[in-house]
Amino acid sequence: MNAADGTSARATTPVVEIRGVDKWYSTFQVLKGCSLSVARGEVVVVCGPSGSGKSTLIKCVNALEPVNTGDVLIEGTSITDGKASLSKLRARVGMVFQHFELFPHMSVLENLCIGQEKVLKRKSEEARDKAMGLLARVGMTAHAGKYPLQLSGGQQQRIAIARALAMDPIAMLFDEPTSALDPEMITEVLDVMVSLAQEGMTMMVVTHEMGFARKVADRVVFMDRGEIVEDTPKARFFEDPQSDRAKAFLSKILSH
Amino acid sequence: MKGWHWDGFFEYLTNGYLIEGALVTLGLTVFSIFFGLILGFVIAVMRMSKYKLLSAPAYFYTWIMRGTPLLVQLIIIYTGLPQLGIKFTVVESTLIGLTLNEAAYLSEIVRAGIAAVSRGQVNAARAIGMTPFQVMRYVVAPQAFRIIIPPLGNSVNGVLKTTSIASIISMEELLRRTQVLIQERFLVLELFVVAAIYYLIMTTAWEFIQRRIERRFGRAYDPQAGLVEQR
Ligand SMILES: Nc1ncnc2c1ncn2[C@@H]1O[C@H](COP(=O)(O)OP(=O)(O)OP(=O)(O)O)[C@@H](O)[C@H]1O
Ligand SMILES: [Mg+2]
Repeated sequence: MNAADGTSARATTPVVEIRGVDKWYSTFQVLKGCSLSVARGEVVVVCGPSGSGKSTLIKCVNALEPVNTGDVLIEGTSITDGKASLSKLRARVGMVFQHFELFPHMSVLENLCIGQEKVLKRKSEEARDKAMGLLARVGMTAHAGKYPLQLSGGQQQRIAIARALAMDPIAMLFDEPTSALDPEMITEVLDVMVSLAQEGMTMMVVTHEMGFARKVADRVVFMDRGEIVEDTPKARFFEDPQSDRAKAFLSKILSH
Repeated sequence: MKGWHWDGFFEYLTNGYLIEGALVTLGLTVFSIFFGLILGFVIAVMRMSKYKLLSAPAYFYTWIMRGTPLLVQLIIIYTGLPQLGIKFTVVESTLIGLTLNEAAYLSEIVRAGIAAVSRGQVNAARAIGMTPFQVMRYVVAPQAFRIIIPPLGNSVNGVLKTTSIASIISMEELLRRTQVLIQERFLVLELFVVAAIYYLIMTTAWEFIQRRIERRFGRAYDPQAGLVEQR
């Protein structure tokens, strides 16, 4: 491949592109014609009322949930056409969950190494070095030998972020990463996410932490009843939301 | 012959022929639990499949095996099948019968264990790019195993005693050998007490082993453990 072509193609192809996705759970339509794209280095915050389909949308991005119609492209590769290996595609997109989902039977270090060794086939020393570097970065070096359930929620979530980063992802998906945390632990997790964003990581973040959105988001996406109601630059979303539904939502979450 | 004979009791307590019988009982148990667990795992996975073609036969299998007595199954295998030209020795029949029967019960235990591992754990494993096999191997199975240790331990205890049923088809395990020795001096009570003691020793030893296994696999879930043995 020609180097110049490669860079220009990479620059213009969105890292994540959701195209007209519909999804049903049996007879209930959860997603209605959702389209959204996230460019390289962009941080997109997704918000909306409970049950609006945010988690479902983000799970469709790495095919944890199959879509019924429409398509999702990761760096231009379709997840629905059956040509690409889904596990390979997923390995390239990091995901952080509301309830951390660290593997409880493995030590912190093992949590960070398992994917590197079994999926990326890295040598165990290489995986270990990488893991220790990431643990240092999230301030968890001292806890490498502990088990997840021996740590606080905030610590577990930072490790979960490190586990995702260990795979060298091209993008990170977050599904309400701080909403299961005690208030005093939210900051330590958000700090890690802010620094990731500032380093240029491509991120799609479902969160109601509007402070985070104001600080690092490029765009805010507002969802309601399975639809993407608003997809606007951050400033405009906060100053002048277009839809009544977004206005109502904003006034509700900003009032407390 | 009336009264309790201590000499006979102690003689039988250290009788090599009986000890061998107890070892056979132990062997039958280890074999049928080991292979029963493998087969039970396969049946459990089939049973949980969304494809009827897999789940229906698995359901049918457990229905038959759990709905009929082991004794009847053993007699069918050993005495009935030869009628169709399928012949197994006593040992083969016993191993097959015990394993097939136990697999049905163990599959239910395994299924409950797998089901107890949360959807979130499966998604986390898939999200880092694991294949379905890897998800099972590294994330679901180890967690399911910890959950099934107590019921699995119960099964081991049960099988240790259930093997005695194979004495009916003249499998030379502990009970059969006890019965054989009765012909010697007709010390019925002494002999059966000895047999009971052997069973008790085996089930008690297992209880200790099970507790150790539980502790080993429970380490990660004990909030104190990691703080004590910091690496
Ligand atoms: N596996 C499922 N089967 C059936 N319905 C589901 C399933 N998962 C989610 N739903 C429904 O789909 C809708 C959207 O769910 P989703 O979890 O995507 O919402 P959300 O925006 O993430 O909400 P929250 O803020 O509460 O996390 C909800 O009405 C939910 O009840
Ligand atoms: Mg959600």
